[in-house]
Amino acid sequence: MVYVPNTDKDRAKMLAVIGVESVDDLFYDVPKELRYPQIELPEPVSEMEVLRELQEMSESNVDLLHTPSFLGAGAYYHFIPSVVDTIISRSEFYTAYTPYQPEVSQGTLQAAFEYQTMICMLTGMDVANASHYDGGTATAEAVIMAVAVGKGKRRRIVVSPRLHPEYVQVVRTYVQGMDIQVVGDENPHASLEDIAGLIDSNTAGVIVQVPDFFGTIEDYGALQALADKAHQAGALFIVVAYPISLGLLKPPAEYGADIVLGEGQSLGSPLSFGGPYLGFFACKEEYVRRMAGRLVGQTVDTQGRRGFVLTLSTREQHIRREKATSNICTNQGLNALAAAVYMSALGKQGLRKVAELCYHKAHYAARRIAEIPGYRLLSDKPFFNEFVVRCPKPATEINRYLYEEWGIVGGFEVGKVCPGLEDSLMFAVTEMNTRDEIDALVEALREVASNG
Amino acid sequence: MAKIVEPLIFELSSPGRVGATLPELDVPPADIPAELCREDLPLPEVSEVDVVRHFVRLSRMNYGVDLGIYPLGSCTMKYNPKVNEVAARLPGFVYTHPYQPEDQVQGNLQLMWELQEMLKAISGFAGVSLQPAAGAHGELTGILIMRAYLHDQGETQRDTILIPDSAHGTNPASTAMAGFRVVEIKSDERGNVDLEHLKANLNDRVVGLMLTNPNTLGLFDEHVCEVSRLVHEAGGLMYGDGANMNAMLGIVKPADLGIDVMHFNLHKTFSTPHGGGGPGSGPVGVVEKLVPYLPGPIVDIQVVGEEEHAGHAHDDEEEMVEVFFRLVMPAKSIGRVKTFYGQFGVMIKAYTYIRMLGAEGMRRVAENAVINANYLMAKVKKVYPLPYDRLCKHEFVVEGKLKDAPDIHALDISKRLIDYGVHPPTNYFPLIVPEALMIEPTETESLESLDYFADALLRIAEEAKTNPELLHEAPHNTPVSRLDEVGAARNPILRWKPAE
Repeated sequence: MVYVPNTDKDRAKMLAVIGVESVDDLFYDVPKELRYPQIELPEPVSEMEVLRELQEMSESNVDLLHTPSFLGAGAYYHFIPSVVDTIISRSEFYTAYTPYQPEVSQGTLQAAFEYQTMICMLTGMDVANASHYDGGTATAEAVIMAVAVGKGKRRRIVVSPRLHPEYVQVVRTYVQGMDIQVVGDENPHASLEDIAGLIDSNTAGVIVQVPDFFGTIEDYGALQALADKAHQAGALFIVVAYPISLGLLKPPAEYGADIVLGEGQSLGSPLSFGGPYLGFFACKEEYVRRMAGRLVGQTVDTQGRRGFVLTLSTREQHIRREKATSNICTNQGLNALAAAVYMSALGKQGLRKVAELCYHKAHYAARRIAEIPGYRLLSDKPFFNEFVVRCPKPATEINRYLYEEWGIVGGFEVGKVCPGLEDSLMFAVTEMNTRDEIDALVEALREVASNG
Repeated sequence: MAKIVEPLIFELSSPGRVGATLPELDVPPADIPAELCREDLPLPEVSEVDVVRHFVRLSRMNYGVDLGIYPLGSCTMKYNPKVNEVAARLPGFVYTHPYQPEDQVQGNLQLMWELQEMLKAISGFAGVSLQPAAGAHGELTGILIMRAYLHDQGETQRDTILIPDSAHGTNPASTAMAGFRVVEIKSDERGNVDLEHLKANLNDRVVGLMLTNPNTLGLFDEHVCEVSRLVHEAGGLMYGDGANMNAMLGIVKPADLGIDVMHFNLHKTFSTPHGGGGPGSGPVGVVEKLVPYLPGPIVDIQVVGEEEHAGHAHDDEEEMVEVFFRLVMPAKSIGRVKTFYGQFGVMIKAYTYIRMLGAEGMRRVAENAVINANYLMAKVKKVYPLPYDRLCKHEFVVEGKLKDAPDIHALDISKRLIDYGVHPPTNYFPLIVPEALMIEPTETESLESLDYFADALLRIAEEAKTNPELLHEAPHNTPVSRLDEVGAARNPILRWKPAE
């Protein structure tokens, strides 16, 4: 099936108007010896056949709709109210491009303006952009912004060793041509005080994650002290946050954040094997002109009616080219729309309730697991919905047993990113995990510990 | 387009309303230390009906491809087949976590591997990484690959990227992010890269050249092989901006033109919808010598049981050989450019599209995209000046400056098109054409749709002479009229705040 309406008759008519004899004549400028190459693709199939093949392929996966799971580590299985898919399936939204023509894009623009406002409410910050690709790339853009705020004179970025390891990898990839030094992730046991010790007069930004990659919530007093240290040195304090936790926890603005960003997948986007996700990004007003990505602003039309436009575009690549704040052109508009619908539907009370369900269920799971002989929690600090457990056997072995004997997708194997913790599993619990599932996990962990 | 005044969702809020139900807590509650908690979360309080009506009303203030022609140049706004949406929503794909063990997600990995192979077949490249999230993200990735390769060759003095003046605006920005400086190369009188200007700028400091081909004028560079040869001779690499790949599908493989690295725009060429700003997806393809530098992880195929059967031809051999798909990091990878593996949901849509079209379908897409663009150009060029009067590829640029209507600008023409139910072309780009209107109809428009659009443009040219105010005040039938963009930038209002 080719989605081309032109018939042979149409084509003949059009070629006559163009003034050429054949379609080939339109490609006169393509080197003849290279024209019409052989392309080795599978034979085309009908809609019915392709859906059958894809159905089969998708069903060869173990999917979390049918299998209880305790995986998190930056991507979380949350409930998505039906209204979200209803709205993002409106083709006026999903078949639109970037809203360059505001008069015919008020839907996209107003929704983005509402999304920006909700991200500000969630984080406590002044301004938010209309999204980045994901949490990792948003972190890299925060680094670039911090360097720009320091007028390019500060070239050091201090990261907490408990920032998502993939985020740090993305940052390192982004800055490899920029003469920026990333420090702080060498010692996984470094305290916030140790991190503060790395801040110097060359530091542009300090990045922490709350709750951190291992689920721990650091003391807000200690976080504020780190922020103060960063500010005294003239650096920005950057917080990577889990948006669902902000339904319950103090917004990072209250402990000194200059930039708050994170992975917004939990706000209405499905797991979808890692993408498309949503990078949310908010900052203090004074830095808005250094912020990368699209921004929607409110204005009026010729008759004084409220309307919305893309604004402050002098920061952007289509105007400033190589002097632009960043090269970002495409963002995650549809995921941002999903987040706006999600936050609207849940609202003030609903998001708090989701956060509380996660918190209570995770604490129930942690308490029950810690009671099993041989298992203990890695940290005794507060946590939100994710925690690391040291196990009596290698984590890989335990996960395999959980799946093969109990049909449970276990936790994240911490040893994969943290050498020396091969016996540790990180469990994430959300509102999707029922008590029965948690109890089954506890039983299964007990069983695998006592077997052999 | 519906004329609606829709309040902000915050203005619909009423204390106590909730728009979603959640289960009761089924475990004993734990203590929540008060010092951890926030005081207030000022999100709106609305019912489910409020939410649905609000966003459905907003949708009616939006123009999408499903409503009509969307000839936004260089954005390739083709029709997005509905089967793509169904495919991407299959639960077996949607409900998989990126950290599940490889043996639990063989279906996902197979799809990614096959998509990598299909993109290689279409482009002629030796390797593909699906990780980049968008076209410009792919550009940055490609430039970092060029950088890493040249550094490995000891060519650390190379610090300059050549970019023709007809390139996409993201090219210079991506280059600057990778730490290189930009030198702009002029176009010649036929819209090609000016070979003399190119030669004058080639030296041992050149990392490479970023070529958009066909370029943003819609012109295929007549000396592309010569450009590649010159850049390679100077020790540089050729970057291809794949945003305009729609005109090349099945016509020529970029690798055959001497391109070393190129990004694909799945959301343009391969019919995955753009979602009002994204998600996009910008996989990168490279020639053999650059494969080890690709960002990862990428998917590799492992054939299990092959060795045991080597040299023993059994009838049932095929059944005994099993394949296993793995995620691997290329040996000298520039690193990760994104969390996890890329825009997986978008990959499913592109995969579905390519499977349904096959090799023959690819060629038909490009041919019809080019026929449609040339037909439209032939119909309007008598009235709208054409800066480069050559056959075009999938798009073309005219000047939105009319004889006998000196006060009319490209923007006025665009805004008036809205009244005819047509989305405007790209305005004021490329920068090298004054009052540019960049038009790309794509292959999914019919003859009737093109005729309608051409007639609208011709009628607007008449209106420009007889009733210029009609154009200055356009659009007339939209929820809002022309918006004060200068005021928006001068006094930015970037969020709603409750009345005090």
